[in-house]
Parts: sequence; C-alpha cells; structure tokens
Amino acid sequence: MNWIDLFEEIYWSLSANKVRSFLTILGIVIGIGSVIAMVAIGQGAKDNIQASIQSVGSNLIIITPGAQRGVGSQISSGRGSAQTLTQADADAIKSSVAFIQSIAPELSRRYQVTSRGKNTNTQIIGTVPEYPDVRKVEVTDGSFITSKHLSSNDKVAVIGPQARDDLFGIDAMAVGQSIRINNIEFKIIGVTKAKGGSGFSNPDSNIFIPITTAQRYLAGDTYVSTISVEAQDQESMAAVQQDITNLLLQRHKISNPQAPDFSVLNQADIVASASSITNTFTILLASIAGISLLVGGIGIMNMMLTTVTERTREIGLRKAIGADRKDISSQFLLEAITLTFSGGVFGIILGWILSLVVAKFAGINTQISLSSVLLAFGVSALIGVIFGYYPASRAAKLNPIDALRYE
Amino acid sequence: MIEIKNITKTYNTGEMDFQALKGVSFTIKEGEFVAIMGPSGSGKSTLMNIVGALDTPSSGQYLLDGKDVSSLSESELAKIRKEKIGFVFQSFNLLKRTTVIRNVALPLLYTGMPKDQRLVRAKEALASSGFEEDHYYHLSNQLSGGQMQRVAIARALVNNPSLILADEPTGNLDTKTGEKVLETFTRLNDKGHTIVLITHEYDVAMHANRIITIRDGLIEKDENIKH
Ligand SMILES: Nc1ncnc2c1ncn2[C@@H]1O[C@H](COP(=O)(O)OP(=O)(O)OP(=O)(O)O)[C@@H](O)[C@H]1O
Ligand SMILES: [Mg+2]
Repeated sequence: MNWIDLFEEIYWSLSANKVRSFLTILGIVIGIGSVIAMVAIGQGAKDNIQASIQSVGSNLIIITPGAQRGVGSQISSGRGSAQTLTQADADAIKSSVAFIQSIAPELSRRYQVTSRGKNTNTQIIGTVPEYPDVRKVEVTDGSFITSKHLSSNDKVAVIGPQARDDLFGIDAMAVGQSIRINNIEFKIIGVTKAKGGSGFSNPDSNIFIPITTAQRYLAGDTYVSTISVEAQDQESMAAVQQDITNLLLQRHKISNPQAPDFSVLNQADIVASASSITNTFTILLASIAGISLLVGGIGIMNMMLTTVTERTREIGLRKAIGADRKDISSQFLLEAITLTFSGGVFGIILGWILSLVVAKFAGINTQISLSSVLLAFGVSALIGVIFGYYPASRAAKLNPIDALRYE
Repeated sequence: MIEIKNITKTYNTGEMDFQALKGVSFTIKEGEFVAIMGPSGSGKSTLMNIVGALDTPSSGQYLLDGKDVSSLSESELAKIRKEKIGFVFQSFNLLKRTTVIRNVALPLLYTGMPKDQRLVRAKEALASSGFEEDHYYHLSNQLSGGQMQRVAIARALVNNPSLILADEPTGNLDTKTGEKVLETFTRLNDKGHTIVLITHEYDVAMHANRIITIRDGLIEKDENIKH
C-alpha cells in the first residue's frame, strides 16, 4: 500500500463509522481542553494573587509587635494587642539601619467616625508623610499628611474612597469637610485612590491622620502598631531585615533571639506563603483536569473496545484477501494517530477558548502553558494509540478464519 | 496443483475436542473444476479454509504448487492469498457501510495496483458475476442476499487468481442468476483457472468435472464426470 491509498483507506474507514470517530475525538477534545483550561486558570489566579501582593509595596519589610507565630497567624492576630514597639524604635531604625529607602511607622486602631448624621466604624491609621511611598497609596484629591501637620499635631485626615462614600455619599466632595473621630473633629485634606478589596480590611475604608495626633489625642501614648520599611533594593532586603532584628533585640534588651517581642516580616515571606496557597489551588484544578482527562481516556478506550468485534472481523477479511500484518498495523496505527491528532488540535482550541471566556468573565488573567498542552496532548495520544492500536495489532496476529469468526 | 495428504482438523470447543476432518487426502490438478458435496456439518467449509490457506490443519500435509503451506511464514501466506487464491465465503464477509465497488476492489489495494486500474478491474469482475451496474455505489449492507453473494464472487475474481474457492456460491441465488454465475466459473475454468466449489445441489455439482463427497470428516466418494 502506498501513502495515498493508506490515507484514502483511513478516510473511508473513519467516515464509514462517523459516530465512532466523533465520540472518540470528543473524548480527546474534552480531556485535552479541560487540562489546558484548568491549568491556565490556576496559573492566572496565581499571577493575580502575586500581583496584588506586589501592589502593597515593593521591597517591603513589616515590623509588628508580638512574637512571630507564622505568616498566617501574624496577619490575623490583632495588631497592637502587644504594645512593644514605640515611636523611639522607629526613630532608631531610621537613624541607624543602612539601605533604608523610607520608613513609615503607623498607629492603627478602629474607631467610630461620624459626619453630619452618618457614621461608620473603620480603621484609623496614624502615620507619617512617607507612608504613601512605602505602601503604594496614591492621593487623587487634595494632598497627604505633611511633616508640618506632624510637628504641630494638626487634626487633619486623608480618607479612603470607601470611607468617603460611607460618610458623605458616593463620589461626594470631601476635601474641606469635617469628620469626628472618637468625637474629635478632623478636617479632611485629601482622598486616596481606590485600590480595590472588600470586607473588614478593605484598604479603601482607611482614614489617615498624623501619627503624632493619633498618639496624643486618640491613643494617649507613644506606642506604634506597625513599622513599614522600604529597603533600597531587593538585594539589601536580607541585610535590612537582619539589622532591624538585631537593633530591636538590643533596644528591647532581649538576650534570646529565638524569643523576640516583635516580628520582622519580609514581603517575600508573604509572597511565598500566598504562592503555596495558590500552588495548592493549581494542583486542585490540575487534579480535576486530570480526572477529566482520565474520563475522556476511558471514553476513548470504551469506544475502541466496543468496536473490537467488528474491527477484528474486518481485519480477518483484509488478511483473508491478502493483506499482511504490516498493512494492517500501518492502517490502524495511522487511524488512531489521525483521531487523536485531530482531537488534540480541537482540544487545544477548546482549552484556549475556555480560558479566554474565564479571563473575560472572572477577570483572571489566564495563561496557557506549553507544558500543560504537551502533557494533555501526550496523555491522550498515548491513550488513543494504545487503545486504537493494541486491539488491532492483536487481531492482526490471529489467523484469518479465527479473526473472521471472532465474537 | 493441490496435494492434500491425510489432513485432520480438530476444533477445541471448551470441554470436548471435535474432529471435523478425520484424515482427508486428494490431489487437484491445475485446470480442474471440482465440486465438493456433503451434508451440513460434514467438514466442507473446514476443508475449504485449509485449501485457501486461511486456516491450518491439525495434522497432515498440504502442498500448494509443490510448496508445503504449513512451513510458510505469515507474510508468505498473505502473498499466496493475494496472488493465487480467490475465496468466496459462505457468509460473504463484506465490509460494512462500504460501497460495492470498494468491496470488490479491496484485494487489489494490497497488490500496489494504481487506483484507476483497480476500479476498471472491479467493474469487470462485477460484470462477470452478473451484478447490476446501477448498484455499484450502493452500500454493502443495503443489498439483498443474492446481491451480496455476487459481490463476494466478484471480489474473489478481481485479482484474476489461478485458484478460485467458492463456498456455496449459488446458495442464495435464483436459478437464472445461479446459472449465470456458474457460466462465469465454467468460462474461467476454460481459461485455465482451477475451481473448487462447495454445493448442496446436484445440478450445480454437475457443472464440474469431478465431485468429491464428504461425510463426517472423511471422503466418501471421489468421482469424475463425463460431459
Ligand atoms: N470454529 C469452530 N469451532 C468449533 N467447531 C467448529 C468450528 N467450525 C466448524 N466446527 C464444527 O466442525 C464441523 C464441520 O463444520 P463445517 O463448517 O466445515 O461444516 P460444513 O460441511 O461446511 O457445513 P455446511 O454445509 O452447513 O456449511 C461442524 O460440526 C461444526 O460444528
Ligand atoms: Mg460450510
């Protein structure tokens, strides 16, 4: 048989069994498509989460009071529950640790805020002019707190867009208006740009005031709840983190470095822990996809095996009229390859469309990875070829009469 | 030339072994027209499959043109089936959902003949088996029993084999079409092809010049016929 005859024979054979061919291809399409889409979604979600962590600030080191209890618990444990960090600590870090770009201590606590009848309970952050640089906060309206406000303990506030909406109505003009925090009147001098987020720790609900004002009028002491430090670059992060730890251990007179009364958290640690969560997520999606690949594979297998009887008889006939084993094997192998290959191409297209749809409606920036394409294609090609070819090659070994009689 | 020497065939059917052929010997020379007769289950098809190199005997020797068939490799057997033998199956064995013309041309696919030539040969074979021309492109599973039989005969003729083996080729045909098919066999025999056919009907057997009768896996009678 030459190639043209072989391909023509395969064409006839596949089109004479349209339903069988279609279902086989469908199994492959679903298997490959779902693997590609799932992995793309997982990858996209991971990139999304990492991007939003990066948006908090870059080269960021966060110092909080209380002992380190692992990344997750540190975030949720109430800040200021232990009062071990002071304004003096922040000043000392600023003056004696090298490679610091900027440093922003803050004193945060939730207070009741009112304005002309409306009220809300939100996070009040007492901080310094460097805060917007360190924590990537932008001011759209008015301006942020200045060092002059700080030195004269001015009662001024910069409010988040969500807090503004809650207190003055959506998109209302807030600069120049007054609010009462814990019954003390503050003048609004600026509104920050929306960052997105929701719930209890929505950054858009925050209200910023000078830290000196917060210490004097709200807290009544000079403790701070967080110190955010921006290192000059990625390389100096480790050194800065170490220097801060040593300095604070010394200042707090703690001899055992294993039992500090504060924790120094590197942004990379947060990224790492979030990555491990998103990795789990990706593995979960990949397992679901793997199961669909398996189900697709079983579908293919089922199709191939249910037609074994008919195909075995066909092979018997072909052998009886003079085909030798090579003719049979090349036909059936090529047939299996044709099915899996076309299924694979459609599967990749399906996976691609699915991930585009998810990208559009879920706002996840999905990414199709080459390895998932190769894996999915490889697995289904293997299934297709094994289950398409194996029964055929077994039938080709029978003598023609036994194959013709096969039940 | 076919030389069968003391051939037996035992089928293994689960608990019991069944001996369908119990020691059959005969020689068929080139150009002979032989009819094989015998009651149902006597072993005619079993014998025919062995002669057609589709099945192997349990014991005994089969020489085809001097070559011991049991010593041939699988691809040598395929080559013999492809070049020398045309086989009409009792149950036709056509490819399903496939046109008449493709069924008939199928054996030529494995000979490397160009496609247009294959189609010409298939049409010739269909014509000589008396198949209706307007049904050439019908699907095999849409045919009547008699039509299927003629397609099966045409397929056996298509590679112009020197040995034609037909297992009840006229079993499903009316007398007129049956006569036409038998005329084709006679004509081919006149051209020098060796023909062996199985039949239940004495009238059909009388077209041959030798009748071998089989009963219970043994040769009962082997007689020449004078026309
Ligand atoms: N594959 C097989 N397995 C087991 N027994 C078989 C097999 N093929 C045939 N037989 C048995 O061998 C015997 C001979 O069968 P065979 O088909 O040769 O008969 P036959 O003479 O062609 O009959 P018919 O005229 O009905 O076609 C029968 O008894 C049958 O049951
Ligand atoms: Mg029979």
